[in-house]
Amino acid sequence: MDSQLSRRGFLSQGLTGISAAWISAHWPAMLSAASHAHRAAQSAAPGKFEFFSPEQAVEIEAISARIIPTTDTPGAHEAGVIFFIDRALVTFAKGDQKIYAEGLPELQAKVRELSPAVAKFSAATPEQQDQILQSLDEQLPGAAGRPSRRRIAAQSFFETTRVHTIMGFLIDPDSDKRGNRDGLGWKVIGREPEHMFQPPFGYYDKDYPGWQPNPADAEKTKS
Amino acid sequence: MMLDQPKYKTTDEVDFVIIGSGAAGGILAKELSGNGFRVVVLEQGPYLTEKDFVHDEIKVINQDLLTNHPELQPTTFRKTPQDKAKPQRALVYGRLVGGTSTHFTANFWRFHEIDFMERSKVGPVAGATLADWPITYADLEPYYTKVEWEIGVSGLAGASPFDPPRSKPYPMPPLPVKSSGVIFERAARKLGWHPFPAPMAILSEPRPGRSACINCGFCLSFACEVGAKSSSLATAIRMAEKTGRCEIRPNSYVHRIELDATGRATGAVYFDARRNVQRQKAKAVVVCANGAETPRLLLLSASKQFPDGLANSSGYVGKNLMLNSGGVTTAVFEEPLNDYKGFAVSRVLHDFYELDPDKVGFHGGGGLDARFDMTPIGFALGSLPPGAPRWGKSFKEVLSHNFTRTCEIFGHGTSLPVENNSFSLDPDLKDAWSLPALRLTYKDHPDDLKLSAWLNARSAELVEAAGAKKMWAPPVQEQQFAVHLLGTCRMGNDPKTSVINSDHQTHDVRNLFLCDGSSLVTSGRGQPTMTIEALAFRAADRITALAKRGDLSA
Repeated sequence: MDSQLSRRGFLSQGLTGISAAWISAHWPAMLSAASHAHRAAQSAAPGKFEFFSPEQAVEIEAISARIIPTTDTPGAHEAGVIFFIDRALVTFAKGDQKIYAEGLPELQAKVRELSPAVAKFSAATPEQQDQILQSLDEQLPGAAGRPSRRRIAAQSFFETTRVHTIMGFLIDPDSDKRGNRDGLGWKVIGREPEHMFQPPFGYYDKDYPGWQPNPADAEKTKS
Repeated sequence: MMLDQPKYKTTDEVDFVIIGSGAAGGILAKELSGNGFRVVVLEQGPYLTEKDFVHDEIKVINQDLLTNHPELQPTTFRKTPQDKAKPQRALVYGRLVGGTSTHFTANFWRFHEIDFMERSKVGPVAGATLADWPITYADLEPYYTKVEWEIGVSGLAGASPFDPPRSKPYPMPPLPVKSSGVIFERAARKLGWHPFPAPMAILSEPRPGRSACINCGFCLSFACEVGAKSSSLATAIRMAEKTGRCEIRPNSYVHRIELDATGRATGAVYFDARRNVQRQKAKAVVVCANGAETPRLLLLSASKQFPDGLANSSGYVGKNLMLNSGGVTTAVFEEPLNDYKGFAVSRVLHDFYELDPDKVGFHGGGGLDARFDMTPIGFALGSLPPGAPRWGKSFKEVLSHNFTRTCEIFGHGTSLPVENNSFSLDPDLKDAWSLPALRLTYKDHPDDLKLSAWLNARSAELVEAAGAKKMWAPPVQEQQFAVHLLGTCRMGNDPKTSVINSDHQTHDVRNLFLCDGSSLVTSGRGQPTMTIEALAFRAADRITALAKRGDLSA
């Protein structure tokens, strides 16, 4: 059964959405006023935003950075996921513009509810941020199973951001999607950057002696 | 590259118009044009070539670069004819020159003798329309060999003790073994089973104009950028073009086959890229549009002469659909397999091809394979163990640990033909051309579900014997999404219970032929494309003989 094809769609198909991009702005300059300014300074590939305002970008990037955090290995921030999401929202994921536009104010309302002393999501501590996101994550762990082409993806704001962050982290860096900067996402999961490989591929086929026929006892194993 | 081709006028009455350019259509185009006939192939999708075949998962999978579009071609699903069908994506197939053969896994198992004569051997099965084929394995054997040699299949003859007889070895050795294959082979041997190198329609050695597999790792769902996957695009279509008698006409969406007053097909009516209606005249029509679109086209072509659909005097057009049964068991191992490198499958086994219904309590059989067919995004979103975190630090840890250490055991098995399981025209929903949409009606025969569970149990035994650190499998569920599209215009000697005869000629219209997954009488054990291609080679011989005898006129 090759219905593995059926578990391949991982995002809602494009729907009609708001057509006009909001605002373009130069990322590093605008960010200098924001709380993540120190990170922006490290940003390897600054570029213009096609959809987000700089303020929005700061918030979305803060969410992405909790979905795939920077640990002893690079995370969504280093892989430039925010640029991927921004490009996605004016191209293949145009239909999700509304989810972001409506989701961000709701996120901030949640911030005020759970952490009244904090002005906005990006200003919260990582622990507070995780707690806020947890409250938005309606899906129970493990409930998802393999995504399927026929499933209409969900698409709460958090789920959309989660899926876009993962996509932006792991997309083929040679694509035109601005994600997986320098192939960092692939490096993190252990996928070598090449598109051409030779055996041996892994640990178990290293010392494979070559295929040998089984002793001829075929008949007895017929059930 | 797209080779120079003749350009026929729609008013030229060519010898054959072939509808669809996939596994069957490509081979029929090659063979019929090679036999001296003038051929036009009408393909609804675009003519893409190697330069278009990128590894961008979003473009290829989410945006359906190679596949049918749910927005343009919406579909509906219901379980039984009593239900009202609801809109949902119900199937996927290749929608480009080369069809589904461009993006498939390329498992190329021959059917065995049993697949052609199961009804005689096991008797009737309650709730199923199980029937014998009008041809046998021996009739098809030379054509299986032809597929292996002309289209390009790698494998090791004689490696499986369960294999049917063959007249020639494979033309090239098997592909290299993957870590998943080694794990599978060792565990299966421990259990007394008979693993063997997978026969794959992927080149292990270069052929003129085509590279051997470079193990890029973007195989299933992706089309091959070096021509190593033996799709119709990389093989038969180009051979057809070289004859100088075959025109491949992409972006041509056929929606009607017309008849003259004598009941003879006169050609195909289609929308061109600008959605203008065109009529290609032809002396005979060959439909190879796949097991969903072929019956749909016949149903769309209903007329006064055929009020229930063209060539549908049996009432069987669209019915007896078989999707194949099976299941997936995922396993994580201690050390890196790096199975993301390479094609999907390197080892299979056929010990369970023919199960004894008296012993197992159901009808059917199947095989197992070891594979990794996921690409990075799909893996991160869908292949972590149940209960794994979906975001955050521990998600990242599990993802980073598992990506290189995961593989899957797939069970592949029979589906019994059930009359109610079908593709038909949805009475309400229309596609972007205002044509009735495809409606899938499907409820697995209970034996198919039992078989799937039984195969899952064997996969679990195997994974345990292999010493996996972790394993899981989703429970068996009724299917509601179609990939393998089989049996919907079945072959048979009796016009009351079949749509085509053993020459692939419709019982009702002498110069109308059907050849694709719809022709199959039984489902095989989960890998149908090899048989579809062998049938296409054979159909080309039969059709050529009929045409040369002048038997296609009314």
